[in-house]
Amino acid sequence: MRALHTIESRTVVLAAANIDTDQIVPARFLTTTTQDGLGQHAFADWRYDASGAPRADFALNRPEAAGCKVLVAGRNFGCGSSREHAPWALLDYGFRAVVSTEIADIFRNNSLKNGLLPVVVDESTHGWLLAHPGAAVRIDVEGGTLALPNGSVAQFPLERFARYCLLNGIDELGFLLQRAEAIARYEQASTS
Amino acid sequence: MSLPSHPPTSPGDAANRGTAHPKTLFEKVWERHEVVPETADTPAVLYIDLHLLHEVTSPQAFSRLRAQGLKLRRADLTLATLDHSTPTDPDELLGRVPVKVESAARQVRELEKNCREFGVELFGLSSPQRGIVHVIGPELGATQPGRTIVCGDSHTATHGAFGALAFGIGTSEVAHVLATQCLLQRRPKTLAIEADGRLPPGVTAKDLILAIIGRIGVGGGTGHVIEYRGSAIEALSMDERMTVCNMSIEAGARAGMIAPDQTTFDDLKGRRYAPRGLAWDEAIERWRALRGDPGAHFDRVVHIEANGLEPMITYGTHPGMSVSVTGVVPERSDDPVHARALAYMGLVAGEPLLGRPVQVVFVGSCTNGRISDLQLAANVLRGRRVANEVRMLVVPGSQHVKREAEARGLAKIFVDAGAEWREPGCSMCIGMNGDVVAQGEYAVSTSNRNFEGRQGAGARTLLASPATAAAAALTGCITDPRDVLAGAVPGAH
Repeated sequence: MRALHTIESRTVVLAAANIDTDQIVPARFLTTTTQDGLGQHAFADWRYDASGAPRADFALNRPEAAGCKVLVAGRNFGCGSSREHAPWALLDYGFRAVVSTEIADIFRNNSLKNGLLPVVVDESTHGWLLAHPGAAVRIDVEGGTLALPNGSVAQFPLERFARYCLLNGIDELGFLLQRAEAIARYEQASTS
Repeated sequence: MSLPSHPPTSPGDAANRGTAHPKTLFEKVWERHEVVPETADTPAVLYIDLHLLHEVTSPQAFSRLRAQGLKLRRADLTLATLDHSTPTDPDELLGRVPVKVESAARQVRELEKNCREFGVELFGLSSPQRGIVHVIGPELGATQPGRTIVCGDSHTATHGAFGALAFGIGTSEVAHVLATQCLLQRRPKTLAIEADGRLPPGVTAKDLILAIIGRIGVGGGTGHVIEYRGSAIEALSMDERMTVCNMSIEAGARAGMIAPDQTTFDDLKGRRYAPRGLAWDEAIERWRALRGDPGAHFDRVVHIEANGLEPMITYGTHPGMSVSVTGVVPERSDDPVHARALAYMGLVAGEPLLGRPVQVVFVGSCTNGRISDLQLAANVLRGRRVANEVRMLVVPGSQHVKREAEARGLAKIFVDAGAEWREPGCSMCIGMNGDVVAQGEYAVSTSNRNFEGRQGAGARTLLASPATAAAAALTGCITDPRDVLAGAVPGAH
């Protein structure tokens, strides 16, 4: 996992609440056995019409969305399935952070393991972001802050261990493998 | 497979803390699995007793093990099956015709290869035990009270019906468990749902959980483990308890649990991996302690009365958007999510659901693909015909369920009624195996998600119980199953 310190980007806004993982990447694209190239399928059913042509009115298809790394979404983003293909698709598309007032548990866990930052902000910050698509924001992982172009700065919660892993590009599996002795002791105790 | 039968007492147990505060069922199971308790800086290292694998969320995890030269730590605590992208068409499954979705077939072969290479027991395409991962775990007796159970699938909460702590994980975590048999986890909060009273006739466990989700909302359980309690829960069979726990994630909760009792023990006894003889007696004694202590604290408590419930059906694009089948599409003029959902569904606020034509009926899935679910649907269909304009698919949750349904004559009821009787799998619940609902069609489905496109691009899903689904198949439109069972619907087309 790449280390992540700050993200400076304009935002793309998908204001709908409860955007589920079937919207982020529909199930028919899950028959892959790798994690590459899923960005083309991100929000596939919203992005393309039945003939496969991009829908001009969809936020991600507007010219100003190009290169944006921050997705601002409605409440309860990422609800639904446990598919890690959802953060894989968003990262492959180019996003590095998702901002909402509430982010679903499994999606949040999966995102952190891949360096996609879940940013949960207060209603008022969220309301401002929804009303100002394309706003240039600055997200600081270490300080847990999201700075708006109007000068206000919102704090967001980030569990200490997750922050440490993000800042240092550390993968949880390495940490777990270092606990091999404790795991072996537990296993011995459970079979004795 | 040799699952551990005696979880050790961990340093997190009350005995070592000096004070024995009353504990919830969740706390008891969690604390017995802490290899390393959590601190302010680090999450707990949690031991996993049973890891279930399927073809869709595991290939990248096995690739990771290979890339890092890691071994599978406990093949004996790992079981695999094929369900999600596996065809349910008997001809495709048995190789008589080519598989419609070639990439899905590749995924199936990939799991077969991974299981061979890493020594995982696979209930493969020709196995008489194969089925949906959350149906076969309990059937095999691998799902037991007090265990920690994970799977790369959000409906893993199903296993919580046995008093296990069971939750869905992503593919990175699948790799973690394969390599270390452990996960890094922060302790979630607890939510008690107290369901008192008794479900009225014609009202099922599916209706109960849809009502609960409608009450607390699709994000209402986020960050929590739900414990379902109360007389309405205690009266449920194991199949019904699984239906309830299965949809915990639809309220945002990763896990849902029910304290084990005699119903649980009677269900487990004699199953393939269940303890036997003296070990069984010891297990029962241990399992009886797996209930919340009086006065145990929950972060939140919600009460729901079962007596007044009616058959439920969803009208929108998430499982919280439900009403009684006799109700009308609600009006919420100030809610853009509601408006968008109604536009997608082609429904108008204020219109009744009863009588609306449907084109597809699906009975199956990890929510409602067990034998008692098929029995509910068969009770409605017995001696009648599916309406001409309806395609009805009945997909047993496992080969075991399929055999049982054939032995009990249920399969014949479905086939005689004109329904398609399929091989086990996730089928139309996820639509990645060739079974899909066409653009714009309405499907009454016993599955768990009515998200946009869930059953196929543009598909319009109405979630309901097997009885309500079968009633719709019979008449070709949304119908109150109680009317059919009471003989108020002629039903003969």
